[in-house]
Amino acid sequence: MAVEPENQADLELEPVTESADVDAMIEVRDLTHYYGPMPAVENVNFTVRRGEILGFLGPNGAGKTTTMRILTGFMPPTRGTVTLDGYDVVEKSLEVRKRVGYLPESVPLHTEMTVTSYLKYMGTLRGMGGRRIRHRIDDVIDVCRLEDYSRTIIGKLSKGFRQRVGIAQAILHEPEVLVLDEPTIGIDPIQVVETRSLIQDLGQEQTVVLSSHILPEVSMICERVLIIHEGHIVAADTPNNLAQHLRGVAQLEVEIGGPPAEVLPVLRSVNGATEVTHHPRPGVNAYRIKFREGLDLRDEISRTVVSNGWSLLSMQMSSMSLEEIFLRVTTAEDDVE
Amino acid sequence: MRTIRAVAFKEIQIYFSSPVAYIVALIFMALSGFFFVRDLGNPFPEASLSNFFQGATFLLIPLAPALTMRLLAEEQKLGTIELLLTSPVRDWEVILGKYLASFVFLLFLLALTSYYVILLVAFATPDPGPIYSGYIGLILYGMAALAVGILTSTLTSNQIIAAVVGTGILVVLYATSFIGDVVTGVWATIFNQLGFTSHFNDFDRGIIDSTHIVYFVTVIALFLFLSIRALESRRWR
Repeated sequence: MAVEPENQADLELEPVTESADVDAMIEVRDLTHYYGPMPAVENVNFTVRRGEILGFLGPNGAGKTTTMRILTGFMPPTRGTVTLDGYDVVEKSLEVRKRVGYLPESVPLHTEMTVTSYLKYMGTLRGMGGRRIRHRIDDVIDVCRLEDYSRTIIGKLSKGFRQRVGIAQAILHEPEVLVLDEPTIGIDPIQVVETRSLIQDLGQEQTVVLSSHILPEVSMICERVLIIHEGHIVAADTPNNLAQHLRGVAQLEVEIGGPPAEVLPVLRSVNGATEVTHHPRPGVNAYRIKFREGLDLRDEISRTVVSNGWSLLSMQMSSMSLEEIFLRVTTAEDDVE
Repeated sequence: MRTIRAVAFKEIQIYFSSPVAYIVALIFMALSGFFFVRDLGNPFPEASLSNFFQGATFLLIPLAPALTMRLLAEEQKLGTIELLLTSPVRDWEVILGKYLASFVFLLFLLALTSYYVILLVAFATPDPGPIYSGYIGLILYGMAALAVGILTSTLTSNQIIAAVVGTGILVVLYATSFIGDVVTGVWATIFNQLGFTSHFNDFDRGIIDSTHIVYFVTVIALFLFLSIRALESRRWR
């Protein structure tokens, strides 16, 4: 009996679990964090490759901020391990913190300081020398377009400019990893565009992890997206693949008594089926048929199977949890602004 | 070391550019001045700073927590603690840096009072011994009070709570020797040894006793240690 190899497409939505990745900058294994009795994130696994721009996508309270706070060494996880550039975030917290630039969602800044004196302070905290600090402050003020405000008290800056100061402090010490929590929230559309292109520029050389609840934003900036929902990673893939998978696809699971070598081509020829995969189980041959949403192939498939002299053992529309979640986690961009 | 200096330097900058510190300095100078001149109406006033020292220990009870209340509570309120604790800075360096800043401001306050010494020397011939020892005692006493204030500021994100609780703890430490005066036997010794006052009074009399130095250094170390642990525990909450 010829068995069709599992289709590659079937694996695409599985969480990434490769561990022997030499290029891994961040490795998260079985990460669980509890606030009281409630898990904020549970058994999360993922890897971020060096130089990659990774996006966390999910609604508020999904566990994005918790995950980022653990990545940056702000708090230790309840369970699980996180390593950054090979350093454990709990055991070698100081080494991790040297390598990370972080922008928390609320953009906390010392509002009574001027932009320059604040950056100087942050630079010294990161262990930079005086000459390098002066040099880098000029650089980041240029990159973040803060030239006209370097002597301004931070408390007097608008939200958009504070955001820039927040990014400036995060990139000041040229960290290998940038962690940006909702970097475009609450700023005006022009600044959003500027910030996005700035992040893309930074992503050329640095590893960037950012979170967002705006799908178009993530697909624009990120090379890979993790969808987090209620503390779990529900999908991990490139934005293109995710979009393809989620563009109105429905799925049917059928069990057919008949030789798979003959059944498969017939099923594939059914009008409207976009993808058919074979899943042999003990004593039965199951097939998964994907088709465009809005169609109903049940009628046609059952007649085709019977007319070929095979037996139809079961048929089930599979749940579309991922699609549902995706709709829940993604808000249209104009809803936010 | 560089990070301690960075934390301390930033806080000192903010001290000298914020009104709170100047208000504290103003209140301290006005009221300690009152204590200083209190005896001058006597026909035979004593050329000493004893009244000032006694008054200063009293004034520092509300003023030391007022100086330290901002140091960690505000970072927690604004969320800047998140950037501070994700910088490669150890928790004890944060506490020590903040403490150092408040200590520098204390020295600034006490430096202002050198004006009383100048007045005394100009118009009388005071015994210099008790003046030196009194200042040493006052610095130790002030450092202990600041350490208490640092702890309460670490424990809350509310500056008012930090100041009030800090003052409360200092009142207790100030008043235990009064209880020691009332009770007898072993209890008298215990209460007297626990509080600040009996340990400070020898400095005021011109005595520098290592017991008292050990006492204040222990109190300072204890409260700073508790502050560091409190900051560490913040990560686990």
